[in-house]
Amino acid sequence: MVMIEDIELESLINEVYEYYGFDFGSYSRASLKRRVNRIYELDGFTHFEEFLSKVRSDSEYYKHMVDEITVNVTEMFRDPSFYTVIRNQILPLLGSKPFIRLWHAGCSTGEEVYSVAILLKEAGLLHKSLIYATDINAKVLETAKKGIFPLRMMKEYSENYRDSGGKEDFSNYYTANYGIAKFNEELSQKMVFSQHNLVSDTSFNEFDLIFCRNVLIYFDNDLQKRAINLFDESLSMLGFLALGTKETIKYSISQSKYKQVEKEKIWRKIK
Amino acid sequence: MEKDQINPDFKVLIIGGSAGSLNALMQILPQLPVIKTLAVVIVLHRKSTDDQTLEELIKLKVRSNVKPVEDKVPLLPGFIYIAPSNYHLLFEKNNVLSLDTSEKVNYSRPSIDVSFESAAEVYKGKLAGILLSGSNADGTAGLKAIKNEGGTIIVQDPNSAEMPFMPNHAIQNTTPDYVLNIQEILQYILSIDK
Repeated sequence: MVMIEDIELESLINEVYEYYGFDFGSYSRASLKRRVNRIYELDGFTHFEEFLSKVRSDSEYYKHMVDEITVNVTEMFRDPSFYTVIRNQILPLLGSKPFIRLWHAGCSTGEEVYSVAILLKEAGLLHKSLIYATDINAKVLETAKKGIFPLRMMKEYSENYRDSGGKEDFSNYYTANYGIAKFNEELSQKMVFSQHNLVSDTSFNEFDLIFCRNVLIYFDNDLQKRAINLFDESLSMLGFLALGTKETIKYSISQSKYKQVEKEKIWRKIK
Repeated sequence: MEKDQINPDFKVLIIGGSAGSLNALMQILPQLPVIKTLAVVIVLHRKSTDDQTLEELIKLKVRSNVKPVEDKVPLLPGFIYIAPSNYHLLFEKNNVLSLDTSEKVNYSRPSIDVSFESAAEVYKGKLAGILLSGSNADGTAGLKAIKNEGGTIIVQDPNSAEMPFMPNHAIQNTTPDYVLNIQEILQYILSIDK
């Protein structure tokens, strides 16, 4: 396997910032290096200078590189016990509101967005919900909009769904066709997809529930702080922030502002 | 933040395994006194559900402290770390662990290769890697990386492994410093924890 050097990675980060204004400087290096290495190898480069010059001179290639180095692996109902808590504890608390606004930050191809839409529907809340789903990667948003996922994944997803407390026949939520599962439009009607960059963009609305799961793991502490503060600005009082099972707000924001929901990676804004 | 490499003054032992490796670990770990100078990282193939069964089981069997692995926890000597399910475990140059949910490698997440390669880059000659029982090719590329960076590589003697495929695959494709049975692995760990 070819391995790029640390110094090469740093020069890529600098050039990307200089030429395109995108700052990967606060991304965790170990993962970023693996991702850059992967695309470098996949695209058949053998000299780093050549790769660097392609990124500089070809903006389409640059976009492709960004799409490929950001991690876009996601699942429906990943960590079923997390969804059990959303279903049994969080949604009932939001149910009394006349209108519920949700934000999936870093939604990737949307599997989690559809999972939550299913929970909202089963709780009888989907009709009065609005779900914003954002990502820096335009390509994954196109997939998310369509609500089309590989059919081969449905067995695992329906098990996850059941483990999360789902009682319906999971296959009622999609139509299977030639290896794909197209999720019902009823679910996507309340979704709004748009590009948003947690590194540089600002708050754009107020939400009752924000999901940002397994995104902060790719950031260093400074950028995590920025993102958490952005969520803080975007949360209504008593709103909830849900992170990935190994992530925390502990090092990013004053603990007195938030109350953790039991041992879950869900925090409620109390100040 | 990861730009300045802090040269660690401790050694890291990373242990990888798949089918049959838990059994081997359950024979080694209970005999291990409280570790002193080593940081021990365990990367086992496990189910993707986020349960803590493996952590709980190992905690019950060891005298040393098991530190729960979360995003960016510092890697410290005297502790045991276990790669969580459904994430790749990586090593940053400022001595913290980081996590990654990218594609499975060798059908596995956590992948042994991913963690071994990442640890090799950071800890170089201060790293020892042990590959235990398993029926998958994961771990071989990782051992090669450890060796290339000046670390020590140990493979469980296939005759002592429940599933000899993984150790055999490593022996055929790398030059292990040692091929050891379970008792010998224990002795080896004791010998480097000073």
